[in-house]
Amino acid sequence: MKKIYVNEKWCLGCHLCEYYCAFANSGESDMVKALKGIEIHPRIRIEERGNVSFAVSCRHCDEPLCVKSCISGALTEENGVISIDPEKCVGCYTCIMACPYGAVMPSENGAIQKCELCTKNAGGLPACVKGCPNKAIVFEERAV
Amino acid sequence: MPIDFLYPEYEVVRNADRCIACRVCERQCANEVHFYDPENKRMMSDESKCVNCHRCVSLCPTRALKIVKTDHTFKENASWSGTNIAEIYRQAGSGGVLLSSMGNPKQYPIYWDHILINASQVTNPSIDPLREPMETKVFLGAKPSKIQRDDAGRLVNNLPPGLELQVPVMFSAMSYGSISYNAHESLARAATALGTFYNTGEGGLHEDFYQYGPHTIVQVASGRFGVHKAYLEAGAAIEIKMGQGAKPGIGGHLPGAKIVGDISKTRMIPEGSDAISPAPHHDIYSIEDLRQLVFSLKEATEYKKPVIVKIAAVHNVAAIASGIARSGADIIAIDGFRGGTGAAPTRIRDNVGIPIELALASVDERLRQEGIRNHVSLVIGGSIRNSADIVKAIALGADAVYIATSALLALGCHLCRNCHSGKCNWGIATQRPELVRRLNPDVGCQRLINLVTAWNHEIKEMMGGMGINSIEALRGNRLMLRGVGLNEKELEILGIKHAGE
Amino acid sequence: MLLEGEARIPSGCAISGIFSKTGEAIPGDVIVRSIATMHDRSNGLGGGFAGYGIYPQYKDFYALHVFYDDKTAKGTCEAFIEEHFDIINLSKIPTRKVASIVNEPLIWRYFVRPLHTKLEETQLEESEFTSRCVTRINSDITGAYVFSSGKNMGVFKAVGYPEDVGRFYRLEEYAGYCWTAHGRYPTNTPGWWGGAHPFATLDVSVVHNGEISSYDANRRFIEMYGYKCNLLTDTEVITYIIDFLVRKQGLSLTETADVIAAPFWSDIEAMEPEERERMTYLRNMFSSLLITGPFSILIGFDGGMMALNDRLKLRSMVVGEKGDRVYMASEECAIRIVEPELDAVWSPKGGEAVIVTLDGGAA
Repeated sequence: MKKIYVNEKWCLGCHLCEYYCAFANSGESDMVKALKGIEIHPRIRIEERGNVSFAVSCRHCDEPLCVKSCISGALTEENGVISIDPEKCVGCYTCIMACPYGAVMPSENGAIQKCELCTKNAGGLPACVKGCPNKAIVFEERAV
Repeated sequence: MPIDFLYPEYEVVRNADRCIACRVCERQCANEVHFYDPENKRMMSDESKCVNCHRCVSLCPTRALKIVKTDHTFKENASWSGTNIAEIYRQAGSGGVLLSSMGNPKQYPIYWDHILINASQVTNPSIDPLREPMETKVFLGAKPSKIQRDDAGRLVNNLPPGLELQVPVMFSAMSYGSISYNAHESLARAATALGTFYNTGEGGLHEDFYQYGPHTIVQVASGRFGVHKAYLEAGAAIEIKMGQGAKPGIGGHLPGAKIVGDISKTRMIPEGSDAISPAPHHDIYSIEDLRQLVFSLKEATEYKKPVIVKIAAVHNVAAIASGIARSGADIIAIDGFRGGTGAAPTRIRDNVGIPIELALASVDERLRQEGIRNHVSLVIGGSIRNSADIVKAIALGADAVYIATSALLALGCHLCRNCHSGKCNWGIATQRPELVRRLNPDVGCQRLINLVTAWNHEIKEMMGGMGINSIEALRGNRLMLRGVGLNEKELEILGIKHAGE
Repeated sequence: MLLEGEARIPSGCAISGIFSKTGEAIPGDVIVRSIATMHDRSNGLGGGFAGYGIYPQYKDFYALHVFYDDKTAKGTCEAFIEEHFDIINLSKIPTRKVASIVNEPLIWRYFVRPLHTKLEETQLEESEFTSRCVTRINSDITGAYVFSSGKNMGVFKAVGYPEDVGRFYRLEEYAGYCWTAHGRYPTNTPGWWGGAHPFATLDVSVVHNGEISSYDANRRFIEMYGYKCNLLTDTEVITYIIDFLVRKQGLSLTETADVIAAPFWSDIEAMEPEERERMTYLRNMFSSLLITGPFSILIGFDGGMMALNDRLKLRSMVVGEKGDRVYMASEECAIRIVEPELDAVWSPKGGEAVIVTLDGGAA
């Protein structure tokens, strides 16, 4: 299946992916309305030090530790996409500790949040991929 | 000194209602125009540093930014324009030569825009390139004056080595050093994919790019930087650079600050030393010397590669070209006065040389008058902006064109003309790793391929309209052109009739 | 209005050709009947014929057919001819009055041989010498125009419908092994006799239907080799290209066809390696002589005739055979009118040269 991959060689550390992610998951149709004057909580984060930077988001692991560790069945895997049912999430944050990549995080409403490949919002090409100005984030099929 | 104060040329207009303070502008501006004020939680800008490259504008996710020309003004004066005044202040303050980048921006006539292309009606059918073959393959190189046959009477291929182009467009010389590794990689890969050629310029050939040799023209210029046997053998053709349209008559200067790492190694000069290309080749003080260099290079590569001689379009260009055509060169490249550069003295860039349209027309006609047009191919460059310019150039007599500014625009260049600062925000004319990284060659290569492919489609459409289905039938076909708004002398030099005639 | 040669005038046309492989003498009225059938393809602004084998008694001499505007031009031109050639015979070309043919110039014919002294002086071959002299007359002597200069062949042309031109020149009195004919449909011309077809240089004559889009590319190239395209017509430039390729470069007619109506690169790439290399060579070597745009041409030459269409076949062309006769024409009707029962009839493909020659070689 197609997944999001990042290539730190081309990451500029511009952080646009974070803003496009936050906007895509805001439910708003206008970016200014969605993000003006707020602190954003994107599901993708730029890690950077010195001249090295790269985006981190859920890798949709083949053997997802987060799903395994979820005590309420809120995290599930379907067709390779790992998604969260916020109704079922009890906010124990075991998944956050289990994820070796730091790709799962608390959301503003207590449940956890993670990248769901933009399958629950407007859909199509994930917003971070579409918004990356240097193709450092790509959405593609790769041989395992 | 207060006299030296110049009000910033551009103003950064930020729409506070739209700005979400994501700070991408701040992170992406190598000139440090933008900054975040944490106290007021808003973005600020220092426009005195702005070069109007549009990097911030292009990346701003909410379209909160635009750059406008300032309306701050000197008292209006047709002779003493603001530019003229400001340049005097700058020189009075610094005592230095003014430097500029990219091509001549002054208001000289652009002849391309005064030439119109023909189309078939009634007496002869236009040809639909979607239904019929439409050929744009071009061979560059000298043609022998007679055929040859073997004992059995079969034709013998007596053509000297040449270049085969699938499209009549090549990427002209830009050195590794003046542009980035990623820009070079984009050009090399695109040239290979398109079946055409890119040109190393006078910066040598990075070892990573030898693999693109069959689509590389290696340049030998007056500084001889990066020239060695393997380099000459790596390319498909060798170009002797005698001059450049942006700065005819002078050499080049890549500051020591840019001679770092691989650039120093590729140019074969010590890190940090200035790379100074002399104004003339010091082994070429006349045409007979040029002939010797042409044959030295042919000798060195066992007569397996065509030699291109590149000159700037200057007043006497027709006679010079005629001399070159008799010097053993296979291809003559002529660069017009609007051709780009990484850095040139402003006065030279803006005042020396002649328009390429006139140079091309007079060279082609002169070579024909002397009966030697078939001894060389003609490649022209210096302000080819679109496919119509190419059609016009070929109809005036060019075999193919060189593009560089257009290619850089495809890679993201916004023509801010600040290449000499080395802080290119688009990752092109810079060697700073964090800026070079901004040009992903996967993206750059594809954009170049897209551009040339799109142009080739348009060339085919225009050819089809004229009822021409192969590009060689367009070459020198000046009857397909008409001038508009040109005087008798201009029409005479261009060798075309006025519209309506 | 600008005269022919001062402006480029597009035209549509009819062409026809008849050839006897055994060299039988075909009377001129046969070709007149053939071309007359395609009356509607001309508009009365030009018609003409070329006959081969028509001057057997003078076959070793160049036959110069010349139009003169006036006696001054004639005097100047004759002085020039006398200075460069032995004149074996000279006369007016016999004509008859035809109501529709008017404004005729003085029409003269000279059978000549280049002076030995001149050939030695210029170090030129006889044919090249003659060709250069003709070029000089046509470009330098105002009011004189040599419209035919081959051996044992002649061109007859005028402003008018071709059938009227045939009667005007009394073609029924000539007979030859090969005839070509042309009826012209120019879109706009003041009508100049020299502008009618066939166009000829030495023994090569061309009749052409079409409007080539490569004209100026071809013209500007060929003019580098001593030719002057004074008429600005397609036929003129095509004639010079053929002369250049065949006589000066030594290409065969098939190779010439491969240059001027070259196969597409996509077709060349599909060829066997040796043929591919040969075709690539020819296209590269003579790239400026590729002719694009619509044309169908008939080329008459010493001992043969060739038909060729542009590579897209944008103009009609039919070939018919009966016994030793070969017919080539814009329309089949022009063949059927003179030979209703044909052994074979077909349309050659675009770019496919059809060449016929005398069984015994050149005449």
